[in-house]
Amino acid sequence: MDSNPILEVSDLTQQFRSGDRQLTVLDHISFSVEEGTTCSIVGPSGSGKTTLLGLCAGLDRPTAGEVTLNDIPLGPLSEDERAEVRNKYVGFVFQTFQLVPTLTALENVMVPLELRGVKTAEVKEDARQLLAEVGLEERLHHYATQLSGGEQQRVAIARAFINKPKILFADEPTGNLDTETGGTIEKLLFDLNTINGTTLILVTHDLSLAEQCRRTIHLKNGAIERDERTGQPKMDQVNR
Amino acid sequence: MAWRDARSNKKRLFVYISAIIIGVAAQVAITSFRDSLNTTINNQSKELLGADLEIETEQPFPDTLRLYAESLGGEQATITEFPSMVFFPGNGATRLSNIRALEGNFPFYGILETRPSEAAQQFKTDSSALVDQTLLTQFGLSVGDSVKVGEVTFPIGGAITKVPGEAAAASMVGPRVFIPQTLLDSTRLVQRGSRIEYKRYFKFDDNRDLEPIEAKLDSLEDHLRIDIDYETVEERREEIGEAVGNLGKFLNLVGFIALLLGGIGVASSIHVYINQKISTASVLRCFGASSDQTMSIFLIQSVILGFLGALSGTLLGVGLQYLLPALVSDFLPVDVELTVSWFSIGLGLFTGTGVALAFALMPLLALRKASPLYALRTLEESITSLLSHKVKFLIYGVIVLTVFGYATLLTESWRVGGLFTLGMIAAFGLLLLVARLLMKLVRRYFPSHWPYVWRQGLANLYRPNNQTATLMLSLGLGMLLVSTLYFSQDMLMEELDFATRDDAPNLIFFDIQPDQNEGLNQLLEEEGLPILQNVPMVTMRLDSLRGRSTRAIAEDTTSEVRGWALQREYRSTYRDSLVDSETLLKGEWIGTADPSRGAVPVSAAQEIAEDLELEIGDSLTFDVQGVPVQAYVGSIREVDFRRVQPNFFMLFPAGVLEQAPQIFVTVTRTPNREVAAGTQQAMVQDYPNVSAIDVSRILETINRFIDDISFAIQFMALFSILTGLIVLASSVATSHFQRVRESVLLRTMGASKKQIIGILSVEYLFLGLLSALTGLILSLSASWLLGYFYFDIVFVPNFWVIVIGTMLITGLTILIGMLNSRSIYRRTPLEVLRTETT
Repeated sequence: MDSNPILEVSDLTQQFRSGDRQLTVLDHISFSVEEGTTCSIVGPSGSGKTTLLGLCAGLDRPTAGEVTLNDIPLGPLSEDERAEVRNKYVGFVFQTFQLVPTLTALENVMVPLELRGVKTAEVKEDARQLLAEVGLEERLHHYATQLSGGEQQRVAIARAFINKPKILFADEPTGNLDTETGGTIEKLLFDLNTINGTTLILVTHDLSLAEQCRRTIHLKNGAIERDERTGQPKMDQVNR
Repeated sequence: MAWRDARSNKKRLFVYISAIIIGVAAQVAITSFRDSLNTTINNQSKELLGADLEIETEQPFPDTLRLYAESLGGEQATITEFPSMVFFPGNGATRLSNIRALEGNFPFYGILETRPSEAAQQFKTDSSALVDQTLLTQFGLSVGDSVKVGEVTFPIGGAITKVPGEAAAASMVGPRVFIPQTLLDSTRLVQRGSRIEYKRYFKFDDNRDLEPIEAKLDSLEDHLRIDIDYETVEERREEIGEAVGNLGKFLNLVGFIALLLGGIGVASSIHVYINQKISTASVLRCFGASSDQTMSIFLIQSVILGFLGALSGTLLGVGLQYLLPALVSDFLPVDVELTVSWFSIGLGLFTGTGVALAFALMPLLALRKASPLYALRTLEESITSLLSHKVKFLIYGVIVLTVFGYATLLTESWRVGGLFTLGMIAAFGLLLLVARLLMKLVRRYFPSHWPYVWRQGLANLYRPNNQTATLMLSLGLGMLLVSTLYFSQDMLMEELDFATRDDAPNLIFFDIQPDQNEGLNQLLEEEGLPILQNVPMVTMRLDSLRGRSTRAIAEDTTSEVRGWALQREYRSTYRDSLVDSETLLKGEWIGTADPSRGAVPVSAAQEIAEDLELEIGDSLTFDVQGVPVQAYVGSIREVDFRRVQPNFFMLFPAGVLEQAPQIFVTVTRTPNREVAAGTQQAMVQDYPNVSAIDVSRILETINRFIDDISFAIQFMALFSILTGLIVLASSVATSHFQRVRESVLLRTMGASKKQIIGILSVEYLFLGLLSALTGLILSLSASWLLGYFYFDIVFVPNFWVIVIGTMLITGLTILIGMLNSRSIYRRTPLEVLRTETT
């Protein structure tokens, strides 16, 4: 099945200055990801996975190269304009859950749409529905500290899907969970991805999780070492 | 290890100790200033009196006394001092002043400072007068203009800028006018019934022992049956030293409050800091460190931090003391020579470190209880929850005892120290209670349909390990002090504002001689002014009470009768009926009496009856200017002394005092200031000895005086607000990483910079508003109670005090909060993906 790329990364380079030294974290990376697919980014520690994910999501500006998300080139956008893009098209799931500690589960899920200015009453029902889908209908008014790790991550997933994102970025989503809970979270992620037709890009150390994706990009020393596709062949171009 | 751990937190730790720095600085500045003041008073003790000995009577020295005084030798000078109206012919202004007719070279020590300086000597020979600079400034006059004192018009030879031993503020109450003694009689102001003080000053070059002189004066007092007051340098020094000591004690307590607030700031910060350090401590425990070793790391940090804070505060305080004289110099009788006080430096270092340590005790002891398990799992609640109630109460006990001990040390009285401690516990406890109650109410009733930015901003106040209650306590205390100060000032002014009431008297004439009474009344009628009261006044003293001489009662240590009531000069009136400011409480009012038929019934005011422990029927003997009058207490009445009219402690019936030497007091009401000034001018021209009190001018003086003394309370409020803002800055620093995490998380989810700034602003806005409200609730309650029980008026809060106070606290909170949050909203969202480090 051919479809348009939702994410295009072209000649992406990211460098940091550390004292007198220039560190190259990402080195001329190019690839594109089609809408609706699942893609994992794997690699050893320090290979640049998280930096790549952040740049893809427009969380930072690259030293060189371009990222195009949903046909929008992120390069010329200001931070606030990129925030608007994220708010409309992007969802996030983090390894450390990252719930706002002062808000309840329900309020946490509502945040992305509320930031967009949607009225609270309109958001509330959708958030309730999503929390029910992740099995937390009984925990709506609990604060983060009152929830277990697995429950917190489920809230985070519900929050990631509330704005019906076109693309979901997940950074080690099961990294802080036991195998059983991790399995539940993985299932939720993939199920919701299928139901909503969202593109899923996840960074992981867990090869069994990576294998569940239709495509796996292996990073090493800031460059793409290997680009593997399973299932239906893709038209992804890998350039170095 | 303590150092290794601290070096990575230098900036944050510095903010923690800022609160201590401010508190210690206040304390050291005040103690140093007090010490400098004491040293100055000791060094300039002779200048305080201007002589070695002063003898004072309220009548011309009888011959025996005069001869004795002359026999004492040395250098002598005399001053005849009395209040009188002065008139400035140049612009027609009049003012009740303190006239001093001087003969001789007083002051013998110190300098009567005048502008030009030679005027201080010249006026004695060239028949000019010296006039207080404040009076000249007030009326736009200058040296060379004229002043009329009684019937003599003097050229103004110089402006008085300083009289040794007298505070500049004295001129506010009674501006001083010096004239040569040789012209006193020509003024024709010295008449019977006038209140005149006759003072004689001595300078002895032979360092003689003054005790025999004092003994002789005592015996002369008994023998001559007149009041002879005397004062030596030592007595004056003690008197002023005591007054200054009281001021110093009060200011010291003010400084101590600032230090306590600093302590609470440190407690709050160390608490959060150690809560965050619990995993470090637990890891150390896992590697085999004992609980004592672990605690020592943070104990050493706390002690060193406390000491560094105390050291910086001490240095700042030593510098700050140079600012204090400018604030209080008007109230001091000496020019303070500022010196470095080693005692205050030592005290600052010791208390700063001690307070930091005392307030850090709770989290430090809790750390000992922290299990190594917390290296593996997070402690969700506060670290102090690990302590048992018993230990907590023990620590609170230590803190309370420290406060009590220190306050007792400062005030040299365990009672005052105890009251101060109880007051602090009550004030802090109430503030904390109101703060917590408000936080609960706001959270519960905050409308859930409000925009997200508002709800998130508010929710931020409730983040884990928040310091909201502490912030509300210190900022609220600032608001409490500022608003109570202004509310009470308002009430006081309202209470005093009788001059604006339509029917209230506002101009009082006194020292009217009997032969002038009719003429003056006529003058008022011609001016179209009503005579609201015209009463005779007879001066007398109490000679015996219930058959015992007043002297015997005064010397009787078992007697509880108040000395001042026995010895004072009574100015009484006589009439056949009570007036509307008087209500009979006990006994029977008898309107007329005949002294030839035995003791006459007098009516005593409730206040004097209490001080003299009078009961109906008690016998009294009055010495009416040499004539004994037998009386008994016929009735006790309540007198509304707040009325602007002559009120009397002792009221005689008609038929007793008519023939006694007397003066009259007349009360009138003028429609405006111009008429008041015109009437006084006319009166001074015709009756120069008659004095006038313009009530509206007194009000102005009181207002100015209150403004001046309220500095101390403003100073205290300033410190508490400053400490509150430092605690706020420290709290923002403490929760910095949490805030960064929250804001970058929101950025990741699409929040704009404007929204992040909005959320932070709302958080600080709520913090400021809630703090102001905390202080305001207590302030309104305190003011209402004060109005109800003390001023006896219905308290109506001043809207502007509320609005401006709230805006000030809230504005400062937002400003400091946002300034300290700049780095938070500048972060890129990528940090949300990075592992957090402290």
